[in-house]
Amino acid sequence: MLETVLHIAFLIVSVAMFLSFYRLIIGPDAIDRVLALDTLYINSIAILILYGIYETSSLYFEVALLISIMGFVGTIALSKFLLRGDIIE
Amino acid sequence: MTNRVFPHPILSLFLWILWLMLNNSTAAGDIIFSLILAIVIPIFTSPYWEEKIVLHKPLLFAKFFCIVMWDILVSNIVVAKLILDKNDKLHPGFVAIDLDIKHPFGISILANTISLTPGTVSCDLTVDRKQLIVHFLDLKDPESAAQEIKNRYEKPLMEVYESC
Amino acid sequence: MFEIVLSVLILIGAFFTLVGSIGLYKLPGFYMRLHGPTKATTLGVGTILIASSIYFTVKTGSLSLHEFLIALFLFITAPVSAHLMSKVALHIGTKRVDRTQDYIDKKDDKDSLD
Repeated sequence: MLETVLHIAFLIVSVAMFLSFYRLIIGPDAIDRVLALDTLYINSIAILILYGIYETSSLYFEVALLISIMGFVGTIALSKFLLRGDIIE
Repeated sequence: MTNRVFPHPILSLFLWILWLMLNNSTAAGDIIFSLILAIVIPIFTSPYWEEKIVLHKPLLFAKFFCIVMWDILVSNIVVAKLILDKNDKLHPGFVAIDLDIKHPFGISILANTISLTPGTVSCDLTVDRKQLIVHFLDLKDPESAAQEIKNRYEKPLMEVYESC
Repeated sequence: MFEIVLSVLILIGAFFTLVGSIGLYKLPGFYMRLHGPTKATTLGVGTILIASSIYFTVKTGSLSLHEFLIALFLFITAPVSAHLMSKVALHIGTKRVDRTQDYIDKKDDKDSLD
């Protein structure tokens, strides 16, 4: 049963990633694209954790932790760049 | 003496728990190594911590934490409904909330709380730290919305941080 | 029993993740779009992380708490990035939806860039 539920969850999160990716492509403004990237990395954390449950391996936890840190830094850097035209003064 | 060994007791405790969680084990070696880290890191970084981290009234803070968690749960469902319904009837709006709270850490916790509870995002803080600009997804009555945020989140935070 | 609880948690998490992305996809205007992902995704990932924690605790027989590190980190960083993005949008002057109500006093500033 758990396997079926995990397959359904993979499908749902993939659809969510696809929708964020669509917004990343069409997003009328640069800041919309930053928001779409932010959502995309959070979705990828979700799918990695689900895959970790599927494979019964805690290896994917480290990947998810790294993505969450790097994604946050990336969002901040992109926002700062849009705000000032420069990241580090 | 305790000040020399533990300049920041809360930071030490936090680091200790963090390292144990990261390793996901309670083996003796991990506990000892994390204790060493929890003592050494605050000593070496203490020049960068200008003000002491303190937590007055931890019980009140815990109660505040529970209220926020509950609100996140409830309003997530509300916002999910708003998103899945037709979006033409939504009335988004900006409201400037006058802040009574002065402590900078309190203000940042308030802004984070507002952003975490669905339906509201804190957008900007004015330069004089007197007003917080909040965006509402569906704004019915600006006065009562601002009043609710003040009563529900700002009052407990002020009680926690007023003495700092 | 354990599988049912786990399945329900996973499905709730996946559903809220999807709702966040649907919000990103269909809401009009940047400020309204900001509400979808930063909220629903946080709860979605949070529920999935709780499910993972329960699963590994039962599977390995020892307490598995490191998932809560990600949850803690996301709960600290999600509001910060949302705040910064909306601040950027306010300063760039991103277009709002026409029916947006505005109760900001105009006396404040164009120079709060910090």
